[in-house]
Formats: sequence, structure tokens, C-alpha cells
Amino acid sequence: MGYSLNFNPIWENWDKLLLGLGLGLLITVISLFVGAIIGLLAAFARTSGNPTISRVAAGYVEIMRNVPFLLVIFFVYFGFPTLVPDQTSSLIVAMAIYSGAYMTEIFRAGILAVSKGFLEAGKSIGLTNWQVIRFVTLPIMFRVVLPSLSNTLIGLFKDTSLGAAISVPELTYQGMVINTNYWRIIESWTAVGALYLATCYSLAFLLRRIEHRFAQWA
Amino acid sequence: MQAILDNWPLLIDGLVVTIEISIYVIVFGTLIGLVGGLSLLYGGSVLRGLFRAYVDIIRGLPLLVTIFLIFYGIPAVGIPMDKFPAAVLALSFFAGGHMSEIIRGAVGSIPKGQMDAAASIGLTFFPRLRYVILPQAIRRIVPPWVNLCVELIKGTSLVSLVSITDLLLSAQQILERTAQPIPFYILTAAIYFVLCYSMATLGGRLEKRFAYYD
Repeated sequence: MGYSLNFNPIWENWDKLLLGLGLGLLITVISLFVGAIIGLLAAFARTSGNPTISRVAAGYVEIMRNVPFLLVIFFVYFGFPTLVPDQTSSLIVAMAIYSGAYMTEIFRAGILAVSKGFLEAGKSIGLTNWQVIRFVTLPIMFRVVLPSLSNTLIGLFKDTSLGAAISVPELTYQGMVINTNYWRIIESWTAVGALYLATCYSLAFLLRRIEHRFAQWA
Repeated sequence: MQAILDNWPLLIDGLVVTIEISIYVIVFGTLIGLVGGLSLLYGGSVLRGLFRAYVDIIRGLPLLVTIFLIFYGIPAVGIPMDKFPAAVLALSFFAGGHMSEIIRGAVGSIPKGQMDAAASIGLTFFPRLRYVILPQAIRRIVPPWVNLCVELIKGTSLVSLVSITDLLLSAQQILERTAQPIPFYILTAAIYFVLCYSMATLGGRLEKRFAYYD
């Protein structure tokens, strides 16, 4: 048990850890946004009633949900080196594709939660199909899916740690760098872990507040 | 195609490692989860507090950070341990935290009256759990348990980052030599898909098997 703690390397590299954390959050927000667009399109494809389109969307969801995320990252980064300019953007692409599948299921549940009467009411006052989606389905769906979306966001933020595998300079990668330079294993992973924990719980707290705000509209 | 045929045995070796780790992690994770979930519900305040802290910490950490902390941390504090058991330990630690929460939720959702009724016919604590509570709880445990198992099988791919030659790392090694990334990634993805999908199918069967109260 001859291990003596020395947190000095952590304090010296505090700025790098925080930068990494910020990058992780940025990547999370961007890929959540792109993933939500993919998920929304796939969810409407899934509920469109057209068997071919619906099956394609279902296939996408099933494949993504049964394949490790790390494999998707490697596939995008090593498989298409010419398409994506650098590591960070391949991570964003991989995360958007991956989270899009999870969000498809979330949005699909949200769309199915909108009762038929609302859609018929919308049609009967003369809204076009597009207007029904825009003014009836989406607003109701949004409130239904909000709690699941916040869980997805927190999950995505934790998944940014896998970016370290392709040297995206986010928090886990910074931890690896400190480890290689100073060989302070316990200290660096404790610090990195504490930062993740604090961020996840702050995010959860913040998102609960936002959900309450939106719940008041209902 | 020739490259795939030539390297098939390597992939199989990796697949065996992935399956082995998955089985260990699911078994250990479920055991920790049973102890953790029941302690969270019925334990004294110290036990409850300890498991609450464990579960909340594990659920707020990325799996990769948990693996790095345990896998590299154990030898660093001077406990000798091989690579494979250290990776299994790290993943099981993660699995146990999530499993505890599943079991706490499912068992906690059984009405309190069941426990009281079982006590009133003279059963002691463990027979009450064994014959009254768990048979009812299991059908609520199975669906999230299966989801977690699929997540765990996918999560075993992270051991490739601490240089354990599982399915993903053997695929990586092969395509470094063959320089044909796309076919090999698709093949590896297909193998993972079959693994996870069979787990999900098995889960569907289990759900039917335990649906005896409907």
C-alpha cells in the first residue's frame, strides 16, 4: 500500500481539465441538436404508415442500439478519414448518429402520446398536414419527451468520455495526459471522476428546473 | 473477403473474450445488484447510506472513467491483479450500481401489504423475500435487467482501451494490418449485433416466462 497522494499535478493542470470539460459539454450540445433532428425525422418515418420507410427507420434504430458506441466512433473515424476533418468532428458525427437512434424511440413514443382527437380537431379547423405537425403534434410531443431528453443529454455527456479513444481533447483525454506525464493514477482519475459527477448532477438539477418550467405551460 | 477468411480465428478469439467478460459481468453485476437493491430497501441507515453513495457515484460516472480508476488504480495502490480480473472487477462494479437501482425500483414497487401479509402468516425475513416478494418483483425486474445486460455487453468493448484483446481490439488489430477498415467494422458490428440481439430475444422469452400474474 505504498501509495502517497499528491494532488499537485492536478492543481497545476486545472485549466486543462476545465477546458476539456467545456469541450465535452460543447460536443454534447451540438450532437444532441443534430441527433434530435435525425431522431425527429426517423420518428416521423417510423410513424408514417409507409411500411418501407418505417422499416428503414426501424432498422437504423435496431442496429445502433445493438452495437457498441465505441465501434461507431471507430467506424466513423477510421472508416471515413476523408469525410470528417478531425477527431472532434468525427466524435460529433458518431454521437449524432448514435443518439439519433435513441431519440427516435423517444420521439416516437411522444408522437404516439398525442391523442387522435387533437389531430382530427386540427384537421377539422382546416390546418394542412404540415400545420398539424407544427402546431399540434410537436408542441404536445415536446412536453412528453422532455424528461427522456434530459436523460439522453446526461447520457451523451458521459459518452463524450469515449472521445479519448480517438484523442479528442475532452476531460477523459486530459486525465490520460496528466497520467502519462506525472503517473498520478488515483489522483487524476479521482479528479476527472469528481468533475464528471459534479457536472452530471448539476445538469440533472438544471434540467429538472427547466422541466418544471415547461410543465407549468401544460 | 480473403482477408476476412484469413483472420477469422483471431476474431473468434476476441469474441470468446467478449462473451466471457459479458457473462462474468452480468452474473457479478446481478449479485451486487441484489445485495445493493435489497440493502437500499431494507438495510439499516449505515448500509443504506453506503449503498446510496455507491449507486449515486457509479451512475454519475462515465464507464470509461470507472474502468480507468479501478483497472489502473488497483495495481497503483500495490494490490497485484491480472488484467482480465481487473477489467471484470471494474465492469462489475459499474454493473452492480445500475443493477441495484433496478432491483430497488422493482422490489420497492411491490405493495407494502404483501410484506405484512407474509409476516402475519409467520414467515421470517428471507422466506418472505424468497416466496412472496421476489416472485412478484421478478417480472418488473426482467425488462430493465435485459436492457442493462445489452448495455453491459456493449460496454465490454471499452476493455479494448485497456489493451484486453476482446472482439473490438482484435478487429482493430486485424484492420491495422489489412488496411480494410470498412468491411471489418461492419463484420464486427454484425457480431455485436447478433450478441446483443440474442440477449434481447432471450429477455423477451424471460418476460413471457415470468408473466404468470397477468
